[in-house]
Amino acid sequence: MLKKTLTLAALSAVMISGAAHSASRDYVSIVGSSTVYPFATVVAEQFGRKTAFKTPKVESTGSGGGLKLFCAGIGVQHPDITNASRRIKKSEQEKCAANGISEIIEIKVGYDGIVMANSKKAPTFELSLRDVFLALAKQVPGPDGKLIDNPYKTWKEINPSLPAEKIEVLGPPPTSGTRDAFVELAMEGGAKTFADMKKLRGSKDAAEIKDLMAKLGIPESAFNKKGKKVFKAVAHAMREDGAFIEAGENDNLIVNKLEANPVALGIFGYSFLDQNSDKVHGSLIDGQEPTFENISDGKYPVSRALFFYVKKAHVGKVPGIDGYLAEFTSETAWGEEGYLSDKGLIPMPATERAEFASAAKNLIPMVQLK
Amino acid sequence: MSMSKSQSRTAEKVEASLKRRYAKEKRFKMLGLTAIGLGLLFVLVLFVSIISNGYTAFVQTHIRLDVTFDADIIDPDGTRDPAVLRRADYRQIIRAPLRELFPEVSGRREKRELYALVSSGAERQLSAMVLDDPSLIGQTRELWLMADDEVDMVVKGHISRENAIANRGERLVAWLEKLEGEERVGSRFNATFFTAGDSREPEQSGIGGAVAGSFYTLIVTLLLSFPIGVAAAVYLEEFAPRNRLTDLIEVNINNLAAVPSIVFGLLGLAMFINVFGMPRSAPLVGGLVLTLMTLPTIIIAARAALKSVPPSIREAALGVGASKMQTIMHHVLPLAMPGMLTGAIIGMAQALGETAPLLMIGMVAFIVDIPGGPLDPATVLPVQIYLWADSPERAFVERTSAAIMVLLAFLITMNALAVILRRKFERRW
Repeated sequence: MLKKTLTLAALSAVMISGAAHSASRDYVSIVGSSTVYPFATVVAEQFGRKTAFKTPKVESTGSGGGLKLFCAGIGVQHPDITNASRRIKKSEQEKCAANGISEIIEIKVGYDGIVMANSKKAPTFELSLRDVFLALAKQVPGPDGKLIDNPYKTWKEINPSLPAEKIEVLGPPPTSGTRDAFVELAMEGGAKTFADMKKLRGSKDAAEIKDLMAKLGIPESAFNKKGKKVFKAVAHAMREDGAFIEAGENDNLIVNKLEANPVALGIFGYSFLDQNSDKVHGSLIDGQEPTFENISDGKYPVSRALFFYVKKAHVGKVPGIDGYLAEFTSETAWGEEGYLSDKGLIPMPATERAEFASAAKNLIPMVQLK
Repeated sequence: MSMSKSQSRTAEKVEASLKRRYAKEKRFKMLGLTAIGLGLLFVLVLFVSIISNGYTAFVQTHIRLDVTFDADIIDPDGTRDPAVLRRADYRQIIRAPLRELFPEVSGRREKRELYALVSSGAERQLSAMVLDDPSLIGQTRELWLMADDEVDMVVKGHISRENAIANRGERLVAWLEKLEGEERVGSRFNATFFTAGDSREPEQSGIGGAVAGSFYTLIVTLLLSFPIGVAAAVYLEEFAPRNRLTDLIEVNINNLAAVPSIVFGLLGLAMFINVFGMPRSAPLVGGLVLTLMTLPTIIIAARAALKSVPPSIREAALGVGASKMQTIMHHVLPLAMPGMLTGAIIGMAQALGETAPLLMIGMVAFIVDIPGGPLDPATVLPVQIYLWADSPERAFVERTSAAIMVLLAFLITMNALAVILRRKFERRW
C-alpha cells in the first residue's frame, strides 16, 4: 500500500515538474512543411554540432498545420519557427496578429522543382504544360471550345509526338504542399494556354465572366465575381477516372512504383529525383530539363519558393534562435556550394540571399500582406 | 427380418455417404491448413524482404587511412586545453592522407568530391580520440574511418557501379577501386546504428535516441496503466454491485479498447498539452496518451485473470476469518497476477508499436540529442522508422529495414516473455 502511495506521489511530482518545465525551454522548436523538413533538419543538426546549444527539434506537420501551431500564441509552449513550402497567407498573418504575434520574420530559403519522372527503362517524356493539363485535368476544352470530361486515354491522343502509352500518373494527395504547387504551376500554366481560359482568369467583369462561362460550357452555378476563382475551379480539378492516381505523401513509394511500372509517370520534389537518378529520369517540361541549373535560373517552369517564418518575440527568450538563423543564412549552408544544395535545395541568386540574410541578421519583420 | 433389412439399408446408406463425409472433412481440414500456410507465407515474405533489405545496415564501410595527428593543426600552442582540442579543425587531418593517396586530384570541385569519400562523422571520431588521449598528438596512426553513405551504398552493392559511374561520374568509382586494390576499404560492425540519435547523414544516424524515447514512454505508460488498470479491475470484479451503472462502465471499457488510437492522440493534445501546459514531444505526454490507449486492454485482461480464480479460494479465505481485503490481497491477487502481467505485457507491446497518437503530440520530429529523461523532446522507434522511410537518401532504405528488425525483436521478446510467464506461473483449476 505504502509503495503504491509513494509511486503515485512520485508521478504527481513528475507531472508538476512537467508543468513547471514548460515555463522555460532550452531548445528551438520548429514545425511546418514536410518539403522544407529535409533542409531544416540538416541545418538543425549542423547548428547543434557546431555550437554549445541543443539541437533544435524539427516536426514535420505540413505548411498549413505548422502555421496554425505557429500562430497560436507567444510563449514557450508554442513553436519558434515554422517552415512553409508556400508563402504565408493574409488570413494566417491576421490570425497571428490576433494572437499577439505582430512581428514575423520571413526568410525565403531557396527553390524546389517539382518533377514529372518515369523509369529509366522507358524513354524520357518531352511535355509541354498544355500536355500536362490535357492529360490530367478533369475537364478539358473539347473541339467546340466547351469543357468536356477528359476523353484522352493515351499520350499520343494529346500530342502525336508522345508515345502511344496509357496515361498513368502517380502524384501526391491534396493535403500535400507538392500537390498545391503542382496544380498552381503546372495545371494553371497549362490551362492558361487556352485563350478563353486565360481571359476568364484575368476577368473581373460579371458580364464578361458569364459570357466566357457560357462559351466554355461551365454551369452558371459556378459563377463567382472573380473570374480567377472560376478559372481555378477548372484548372485545379484533377482527373478521377484512374489516369491520375493519388499515391500518398511518401515520395520514396512513388519512386519504387515507377521502377515497377515503366509506363507510369510520377510527380515529386526535385530532391527525390536527385537521390534516385539511377532509377528514374525527369521529363522535359516546355523543353526544359529539370536540372539544378535550370531550376535555379527559373527556366524550368514548375518550381516554387520555400520559406520559413520566425517569431521575433521569441528571439532572445529561447536560446539559439538567432544562431540557427545565422547558420541557415550562411553561405556554407544555402550558398551555391553549400551543404543544402547537396541535399537538393536550389539556391537563390546571390542578391536575394544577401537580402534575406540581412533580414535574418537584423531581425526585420515582414510587411503586412495585402 | 424386416428389421434387419432396414438396418442393413441404413448401414448401406451410411457406408455410401461415409466416403463423401470423409472427403468433406478432409477438404475442411485442408482449408484450415491453407489458411495457416497462407498466413505463414505472408510472414515469411515480410521477414525475407525486411531482412534482405536491412541486414547490411548492421555493418558500415570504413576506409583505412594513415592519419597524422598534426600538432600544428590540433594544438598549435601546445596547451592541451580540452576546449582547444575540441575546436580544432579535424577535417584537415583527414584530408591530408587523402591528398597523399590521390596526388593527381586538383581543382576545387574534384577535391571536394574526394574529401566527401570520408563521412563528416569521422571528424568527431578523431576529436573523441584526441580528447580521450591527448598524447596521440604528433603521432601517426593507421585508422579505419567511417565512409560516406554514397560510398557505403556502392560497396554494399545497393547502387551498382555502372549506375554510380552514370550518375556521379567515373571518379568516385575509380578512387574506390584504387582504395579497394590497396585493401583500404573494409566493413566493420556498425555500432553507431545502436548508439547514435537521428541524423540527416545516414551513416551517422542511429536508433539510440528512439530506443531511449521508447523506453521512457513505456516506463511512464507501465507505471500509470498497470496500477490503475489493476485497481479498476479489482473494484469492478470484487466489490462493484451488478447494476445498470457497472454494466454501462463495462460496455464502455470494451468500446474504448476498439477506439482508433489517433483519437487518444487528439485527446492528449487537447488535455495534457493545451489545458495542463505540458511540453510537446515529451515522453511523459506520450506515456500518458498511451496509458489511455492501453488501459482498456489491461483492465479486460486483469478482470479475466480475476474471474479465473475459483470462488472456492475466496470462500475458504472468508471462512477462516479473513476480511474481504485480506482475501483479495493475500489470495486472489497473487493467483491472478500472472494473467494480469501477461495482459500488461501485451498492452505494452501494443504501445511500443504505436505511432498515430504520437503524431498529434509532436513526437514525430527530428531529434538528434538522445533524451535524458521523460521531459526531454524525444521520438520512439516506430516513428523513427516512419521518418526514415520518408527520407530521400538511398542509405536510409536499409536503415529503415534494420530499425524494423530491432522493433520486431523487441516485440517478439515481450510476447515471448508473456508466454513464458503464463506457462510458468499460471495455475489451472
